Amino acid sequence: MPTWLIASPSEGRLLGEGRLRGPTAWVIAIMSFSIVIIAAAGLALASTAGMLTHAISSRYSIELPAGSGDVSRLLGAVRTAPGVTEADAVPESEMRATLERWLGPAAQSPDLPVPALINFNVRDGADLGTIRQRVQAALPSASITAHRESVAPLLHSLHVLQWVAFGLVLLLSAAASAAVVLAARGALENHRFTIEVMHGIGATDAQVTNLFQRKIAIDALAGSLAGAVAAGLVLLMLSAGASFMGELTGGATLSGLDLLVLALLPVALTVLATWIARLAVLAALRKAL
Amino acid sequence: MLRDLDFRLSKGGFYFLTGPSGAGKTSLLKLLYLAQRPTRGRIRLFDTELTDAPRESLPPFRRRIGVVFQDFRLIRHMSAFDNVALPLRIAGATDEQVEAPVREMLAWVGLADRASARPPTLSGGEQQRVAIARAVINRPDLLVADEPTGNVDAEMAQRLLHLFTALNRLGTTVVVATHDVGLIKASAGAKLIRLENGTVMDPTGALRNPPRSPRLDA
Repeated sequence: MPTWLIASPSEGRLLGEGRLRGPTAWVIAIMSFSIVIIAAAGLALASTAGMLTHAISSRYSIELPAGSGDVSRLLGAVRTAPGVTEADAVPESEMRATLERWLGPAAQSPDLPVPALINFNVRDGADLGTIRQRVQAALPSASITAHRESVAPLLHSLHVLQWVAFGLVLLLSAAASAAVVLAARGALENHRFTIEVMHGIGATDAQVTNLFQRKIAIDALAGSLAGAVAAGLVLLMLSAGASFMGELTGGATLSGLDLLVLALLPVALTVLATWIARLAVLAALRKAL
Repeated sequence: MLRDLDFRLSKGGFYFLTGPSGAGKTSLLKLLYLAQRPTRGRIRLFDTELTDAPRESLPPFRRRIGVVFQDFRLIRHMSAFDNVALPLRIAGATDEQVEAPVREMLAWVGLADRASARPPTLSGGEQQRVAIARAVINRPDLLVADEPTGNVDAEMAQRLLHLFTALNRLGTTVVVATHDVGLIKASAGAKLIRLENGTVMDPTGALRNPPRSPRLDA
């Protein structure tokens, strides 16, 4: 632990009783709360995007126009193709049930041509060109679509949202830093006389700075922890929803590493606030002789 | 405003700085205790050229200077004990190390029983004594005092003068700005520096002491 963080009783008395005036701790608590919530959302989005990408990266569909050929023969050709780990035809009833959401009862009409669909997975490194040739040889009218192409816009949106969350975390950190600078300047103004006396009898900038840095560090730590605890409670309340999201995406929620990052955020905010306070105090002191 | 000043203080000397109000005594003292830099000219202290010395290099020199301010400059929210102990603590002494010397010094200025009192609860004279105790607690090489006896009675003024004299005998150079003729008369060996219109009228410090006339343009 840094020595400046431990004040002797006499050092504690130099800046008077009580904490620094002003809402520093409260401002930092609000910032900490917001940062943890936004960071959690960003990490969850990243996790979701990762799971989604992993789940669909090896998955493909073959679409056959209605009545264009023998689905069973094609399914057999796909299953025996090198690199294919799993292939299944989507039952027509399932296709019609899906279409019913848009077409209503008309989707069950035998007059409605329903294309056939085969989904298949490939192992990493599989040669899709060979598989495509097999499919074309079995049924020239069949077309292969990679699932990742279908959800590319969604993944792009998820990535954008991650960056937005990251940017918000930076902005909030900057706002917290600005609040700390203002608090440090206010504290210096309140204690200008004490500082002048200390300088006059030989105190160094470091000695004066340590007094303010310690006060602000304590306020920042208290605020950061309070905000983070409140954010943790909110995240716990949202955990049921997160589990639901996890089921949708195949289990993507906050990992242990994500939780560690979230736990370190208030510590990082405290360190940032303390460092900023030190710079602000030193800059202000340099203006005096 | 000070101008055309050129004088030298002998190491271990005792000086009274006199002159009419507004002559520049306090400004000259501020230059001496490194609270201001001159706009022109040079200042050499402790065999070191300090006129343009970087501010980071000044604290060690300031620790060698004890200052009694005219307005006392005591920290209001700290006790008399803590105010007197401040120079020792800034110099790195622990709370245990400051205990005995501070108690002794407070006893010397007659404030042993007021150690825990805060400045606003002390009389003007008591505050002045605390300020003097703080200035001399570190056994400074240079003691600069601006009207140090302005708020104390004659008996206490004599006590304080004895304290300054004792420090002077131990090697401290003492510069006291004062209008107190009695104080000057009581210090037969001290030299006078007279300021008028921002300049030293007697750069040699060899003016008659005690002065022939009790009038010092107070």
